[in-house]
Amino acid sequence: MMMEKFALRSRSLLAGAAMTALLVGIAPAFAVTPADTLVEGFAIDDIISMDPGEAFELSTAEVTGNTYDLLVRLDLSDTSKVKGDLAESWTVSDDGLTYTFKLKPGMKFASGNPITAADVAYSFERAIKLDKSPAFIINQFGISGDNVTEKAKAVDDTTFQFVVDKAYAPSFVLNCLSATVASVVDAKLVKEHVAAVTPSADYKWDNDFGNAWLKTGYAGSGAYKLREWRANEAVVLERNDNYNGEKAKLARVIYRNMKESSAQRLALEAGDIDVARNLEPNDLDAIAKNADLTTTSAPKGTVYYISLNQKNANLAKPEVRQAFKYLIDYDALSTTILKGIGEIHQSFLPKGDLGAINDNPFKLDVAKAKELLAKAGLPDGFKVTMDVRSGQPTTGMAESIQQTLGQAGIQLEIIPGDGKQTLTKYRARNHDIYIGNWGQDYFDPNSNAQTFASNPDNSDNAKIKTLAWRNAWDIPDLTKETEAALLEKDSGKRADMYKDLQQKILDTSPFVIIHQQLEVAGVRKSLKDFALGPSFDTNFVWSVSK
Amino acid sequence: MSVADNQAAAGRGSAQAVAVLSAIGRFLAIAVTTYLGLLAVTFFIGRVIPIDPVLAVLGDRAPTAVVERTRREMGLDLPLIEQFYIYVKSALSGDFGTSVLTTNPVMADIRRVFPATLELATLGTIIGAVIGVPLGVLAAVKRGSFIDQIVRIIGLIGYSVPIFWLGLLGLVLFYAKLQWVAFPARLDVVYEYTFTPITGFYLLDAAMQGQWDVFYDAFRHIILPAALLGYFSLAYISRMTRSFMLNELTQEYIVAARAKGLSETRIIWGHALRNAAVPMVTVIALSYAGLLEGSVLTETVFSWPGIGLYITNSLQNADMNAVLGGTIVIGSVFIAINLFSDLLYRVLDPRTKAR
Repeated sequence: MMMEKFALRSRSLLAGAAMTALLVGIAPAFAVTPADTLVEGFAIDDIISMDPGEAFELSTAEVTGNTYDLLVRLDLSDTSKVKGDLAESWTVSDDGLTYTFKLKPGMKFASGNPITAADVAYSFERAIKLDKSPAFIINQFGISGDNVTEKAKAVDDTTFQFVVDKAYAPSFVLNCLSATVASVVDAKLVKEHVAAVTPSADYKWDNDFGNAWLKTGYAGSGAYKLREWRANEAVVLERNDNYNGEKAKLARVIYRNMKESSAQRLALEAGDIDVARNLEPNDLDAIAKNADLTTTSAPKGTVYYISLNQKNANLAKPEVRQAFKYLIDYDALSTTILKGIGEIHQSFLPKGDLGAINDNPFKLDVAKAKELLAKAGLPDGFKVTMDVRSGQPTTGMAESIQQTLGQAGIQLEIIPGDGKQTLTKYRARNHDIYIGNWGQDYFDPNSNAQTFASNPDNSDNAKIKTLAWRNAWDIPDLTKETEAALLEKDSGKRADMYKDLQQKILDTSPFVIIHQQLEVAGVRKSLKDFALGPSFDTNFVWSVSK
Repeated sequence: MSVADNQAAAGRGSAQAVAVLSAIGRFLAIAVTTYLGLLAVTFFIGRVIPIDPVLAVLGDRAPTAVVERTRREMGLDLPLIEQFYIYVKSALSGDFGTSVLTTNPVMADIRRVFPATLELATLGTIIGAVIGVPLGVLAAVKRGSFIDQIVRIIGLIGYSVPIFWLGLLGLVLFYAKLQWVAFPARLDVVYEYTFTPITGFYLLDAAMQGQWDVFYDAFRHIILPAALLGYFSLAYISRMTRSFMLNELTQEYIVAARAKGLSETRIIWGHALRNAAVPMVTVIALSYAGLLEGSVLTETVFSWPGIGLYITNSLQNADMNAVLGGTIVIGSVFIAINLFSDLLYRVLDPRTKAR
């Protein structure tokens, strides 16, 4: 009896499985995203916090840019300038130390609270006192936890005053204030959510300035408000009806975490997402050929380079440094591995920065490189290693470089590794050659100049460890020149100083800068006005409609 | 039944209880040692890999002063053995620290992601067992026939084809071309905000709340990855069933049953399978445990926010607290499933009761 039941049960289960298959079979075929919602497939697994005072990741920058307002914002029509956002106007005192901002009247946060200069002052205070990764962007004006309430303060409800320690170039100061760390938070709302902290030697304050709450919370005034962030799953934005500018066209924006390029492409083709953000060249090609889809791209402030550690005696020779620049097949790279995702760019300032040089003097020239190597006393080449993070485009680039270096007798051994692993080695200066990228921290030429062209202390336990330091490149003169460019009030002259610095880096540095990253996206044609910005925090979605 | 019989039965009962208790005791001892070993191995692997943990917390662009301060905050300036002591102490009290990536306590994260994996693996195992066992039986009965060859080929493909490739193929065919199943995620966008999960098992939650449209949508999302996992466990289960059945079918009691004139259906599905069922329990339990820990690639391809995806992500970002916590949870589940299948053994196999 029992056995019969067993047999019967397995039979009915089989029937159930068949039913299941049938049910799936008759599922209707529809896939359209809701008409009032923008759905993007995006690898958002780098997000660790939504607090603008703490976040320094690329996907977070995009969310912060869309959900928070700043005093001033990058002018997208000319990215070497800024324009007012919450600020209606501003003045700089004659000594170049005091910046006074006048806020636009009658603005509100998403919560309905009025936006006042006190909110701006509190935003600066908490960013500085929290002292998280992006705080240095404001720190560099001589502002610390001890003096921030003096240096960044509300004069009255609509007047905010910012005092710096040196007469910096105003363009520098204003560019830094357009970084996400200077986003203005709703002080009243945040103060309702502060947690008590026991002060210690490393953290002198008695509360967390709402950091724990803001990691997933929201207290801004941008065109969209953050409804929810579920780590590794989704970020959901909703239209802010209290926004002081033109209201967002769509009611909702949903970023869904999708890591795989091919999965993003399938979802885009099927209409389940409107935009695919992490496409590899082959998927991009397929999308470009699809009649319902299109692609868009924008150069971002990230440059890819290889760098030669000056602790290696061979690589420290000036002729060898120069020879490497002639041993990269830039043309072949740009038509293959970098096609659609990068454009050749050999100077350290990305296109769009004040003073950026866009002519690329180097071409693959093996004869010239051999001549330089002979001059360095290495006519037969030498052996050297390169640390390469697994994945594209770095692996493909490294293989191409290995082949062209070989033509001049340089035997390159590629050491593959995980991203964090190669980076750990690089940061400890234990590499020969490193291939990597560098994205500017804020939209000002100083960000990249400081790391590529200055190295205040080349000793092993230096306090400031720039990219020049990581490659043990000791450059006291260039360091001084970089510092001087910060204090040049005239924007035209300042631009010229950066041109000179870039030229010197091209001529002498151990950095072989190869290309500037293009951010690409696959987009459904039914979507209107989707555009990528010049930086991650300017990938605005409020103008998008369907 | 006489008094003596009753006493004997009671005596057998208590002896059996002692046996079960000592088995459980032995198991617990093994479990504790395994845990400690697991903790030690994962912790030290986490510390000897050439990755700076501070890098995971701060990224590459943090200034040096912040890096140094964070290193102290994370206790990384202490001697290794002291770090391990602190780690074990807090792990024993259920605190696996905070995940760098999500900033939540690791246990809270795992509570959130584990149901997704469990739901997928359970459905996958059900599919695998329900189809795999009959297929294996069929192959054993018709040994050497055309059906046997087909089952073998199905098994072989399931064994040898990489799951992410099959997953992508499945997506291209059933999602992109035929539109039978929904796109990689757990639910459609429209339902995300009308539906509040309770247990984290979406199918169950939707059914409990009577939201049948959500249930249907969740089903359309889960069926392809579950079928894929089902296929892989099917490959294993059908092969094992076949060999167990072949073993049983040559036994003398089968000959006796045939001589008695029992129908072939009863002999195969009743007698032989019932006896093969005992080792099958272990096979199915092992494949279930395998799906729980090994669906990393499936979860990546289908953007399934489960524990596999969570651990891989953490690993790639050198988020060691999350990796250690995840490893220990999976280790616990593995041990628990083993214990459970061991207990089931006792229920299914009368001989273990007699002893």
